[in-house]
Amino acid sequence: MLAVPKVRFRDAQIEMAHGAGGKASRRLVEGLFVPLLGEASGEPSAGPLGDAAHVRMNGTRLAITTDSFVVKPLRFPGGSIGELAVNGTVNDLAVSGARAETLVVTYILEAGLPTEVLEQEVRAMAAAARRAGVVIAGGDTKVVEHGKADRMYIGSCGIGRFIEGVEVSPQSVRPGDRIILSGPIGDHGITILLARGELDFEAEICSDTRPVLPLVEAMAAVAAPGIRWMRDPTRGGVATSLNELALDCGLGICLAEEQIPIHDSVRGACELLGLEPMHIANEGQFLAVVAPEFADAALAALRAAPGGQAAAMIGEVRAQPAGTVLVSTLYGGTRVIDMLVGDPLPRIC
Amino acid sequence: MCLAIPGKIVELLPERENLALVEVSGVRRKIDVGLLDDDPAKAGDWVLIHVGFAMSKISERDAADQMRILAMLGEDEAAMQEIEGYGLGDSEPRPSEPRPLGSG
Amino acid sequence: MRFVDEFREPELIAKATQEIRRLTDSERLYRLMEVCGGHTHAIYRFGLKDLLPPNIELIHGPGCPVCVLPMGRIDDGLSMTDDREVIFTAFGDMMRVPGTHGSPLEYKARGADVRIVYSPADALKLAQANPDRHVMFFAIGFETTAPSTALTLTRARALGIRNFSVFCNHVTIIPAIRAILDSPDMRLDAFIGPGHVSTVIGCRPYEWIARHENKPIVVSGFEPLDMLESIVMLLRQLRDGRAEVENQYKRVVPWEGNRAALKAMAEVFQLRPYFEWRGMGFISQSALRLRDSYADFDAEQRFRIPGIRVTDPKAAQCGEVLKGVLKPAQCKLFGNECTPENPVGALMVSSEGSCAAYYNYEHRKAALTGLTALTMPAQAI
Repeated sequence: MLAVPKVRFRDAQIEMAHGAGGKASRRLVEGLFVPLLGEASGEPSAGPLGDAAHVRMNGTRLAITTDSFVVKPLRFPGGSIGELAVNGTVNDLAVSGARAETLVVTYILEAGLPTEVLEQEVRAMAAAARRAGVVIAGGDTKVVEHGKADRMYIGSCGIGRFIEGVEVSPQSVRPGDRIILSGPIGDHGITILLARGELDFEAEICSDTRPVLPLVEAMAAVAAPGIRWMRDPTRGGVATSLNELALDCGLGICLAEEQIPIHDSVRGACELLGLEPMHIANEGQFLAVVAPEFADAALAALRAAPGGQAAAMIGEVRAQPAGTVLVSTLYGGTRVIDMLVGDPLPRIC
Repeated sequence: MCLAIPGKIVELLPERENLALVEVSGVRRKIDVGLLDDDPAKAGDWVLIHVGFAMSKISERDAADQMRILAMLGEDEAAMQEIEGYGLGDSEPRPSEPRPLGSG
Repeated sequence: MRFVDEFREPELIAKATQEIRRLTDSERLYRLMEVCGGHTHAIYRFGLKDLLPPNIELIHGPGCPVCVLPMGRIDDGLSMTDDREVIFTAFGDMMRVPGTHGSPLEYKARGADVRIVYSPADALKLAQANPDRHVMFFAIGFETTAPSTALTLTRARALGIRNFSVFCNHVTIIPAIRAILDSPDMRLDAFIGPGHVSTVIGCRPYEWIARHENKPIVVSGFEPLDMLESIVMLLRQLRDGRAEVENQYKRVVPWEGNRAALKAMAEVFQLRPYFEWRGMGFISQSALRLRDSYADFDAEQRFRIPGIRVTDPKAAQCGEVLKGVLKPAQCKLFGNECTPENPVGALMVSSEGSCAAYYNYEHRKAALTGLTALTMPAQAI
């Protein structure tokens, strides 16, 4: 490791792409944050960047994570920013193999925000917290000038204990491992896109936001020793999460396109707009890499659990092509699917 | 230039001339059907949608014809193999490797 | 999805690929150009190359309206945002295309009002909703898209809208095909014709390709079965020594084209005497501008644009790749200075430009199988 942290991030200014969860985001994290913060902590930058950090306090291993929510509009079919703020953090911990116990939250509020709107979100957070079985123990509030915060931004930090027997890391992934997806993709991202109203489409699509912990626990109950890695495919979608895994473990991933569950209307919206469903954000799903001898049991457990009926085995890990995600079509053709570069953009060509 | 998707016209909208509500797999949008002036669109028609405009009607008959032709691919060949087997001599080149009869 | 899923049916695709194998003479190299960027996209998305025998090469043509737009024109469009009253609208395809001082999204990050629209009609609606602002629509696309811009302008006129203008960068496909065929190092056997452009212009405009250039052309749809059937039809023509225009996409393409669409275009647009195509140079009569009767909607007349020509670095070999002379990987800049995230030339700029498509979808697969463009020139990658 270098004695002097070297910043490798060369972009002159921050763009929207840096927050989109794809390549640009990764460049920022790996090139600026890790060299400066990883080194600052005294620990050499520990390698792959997971969904939660592991800390040891008095001999107990805990998981801690933070996430922030800047969604616009605040309310949308299927949920709102408040719910995302709770579920998102619970899910980051769940896919790290931990049960969220306590959250603390930050509100950044825009002056002029109607109190009623704030109250609605706080109620939504309280309900989401009860549903997820977590306590919101405290928080902080700041108010900024009108025009500076898109009405409301919420940050949440969560801490939890690891689920017995579950230990995930990209390094434990092996060729032959199977890839499981908890349910249909694209619901959340398309909901938000349509809710913004700019594109003038209407559909019965709603956000899939929910805590995935119960599903992770159901899977862990039968397959804990076989669970190698998990992630919640939020911004950047399934493709970005799996590309990150491929890079982090140095192996290849091959997906079977026809196995990937997707609602008809989400598919229709993606076709109309020229969007790739695997790049669209999800807020209530997770990916799991499971050892082959446990994969069938893991899938069955998911499908039997409430909300897991659409779970599917969507692919497997292979030695080659290293660092790459391939998708095979129903007729034997394959294509590479990359990480998202910036936000998914509709196209006409 | 090229992204155009088939959709079904749900209804013609009264608020403006040449405006229709179209549906694609449950996703709905208002589109302009002004380019179909020569054969005006009506509810139930399938149209090709590009940048919010209907470019053309989709002929269900032509689509069905195409499917039929495609389904028969390889069957002509099976018939040809039979003929070639009779040694009558024809101008078609021999297939480069044996093919099973009745590839359906 | 109706009229989509039927054309992705695996059994029929298997039949079509079998027929292609049967029709392919293993002693011969077939070089087929698909003109349209949408076809390039479909080829990669469905992994169609993997289904074809190795001696059928698919060459990606110039039908990508974003790719062929010179950087200077992007700068011109973006210069209009200097006027803070202006709302700059464009299709999503344009948003990451770099101008000299940044892409539309980068301008937006610096405070310009830049918005994505799905339809020119949405840009017009924006103008109606914001009477104190001026909405400028950056129009791109071939003849598929031009009629929609045209109709939007006739609607704008009928409504008496005064705060709306169009920066017209529509281009036409025939001169581009002509330029490809006129090029001395061109080696193409046949064309997969642009299906959606043809819903507007019909099939007649391609007759000279068959008659005078003696090359078969099949107007093709975009689903996997459409493209495979089109290749079957081309192979049959080549086998028989025919050169004809055929319409594979009968379910939407009328032989005579769309009269109403052509009429709308004729009312609003006229041909520019010449226009620069990035990677191909100046081509005469290949692009549209607004007629004088629509001058009040013409952004080029309303705004003072820099009009500065920006040329690509000499090392960028976009022209040769466009004509099928070079494979993307053979250009010296490919994958090094020129990547989809940092495009130097035209063909990396849009995700369906040859180089971008190749980079995104094929490049790493080629590494896996050990194929490289340089060692096996006759082999499709």
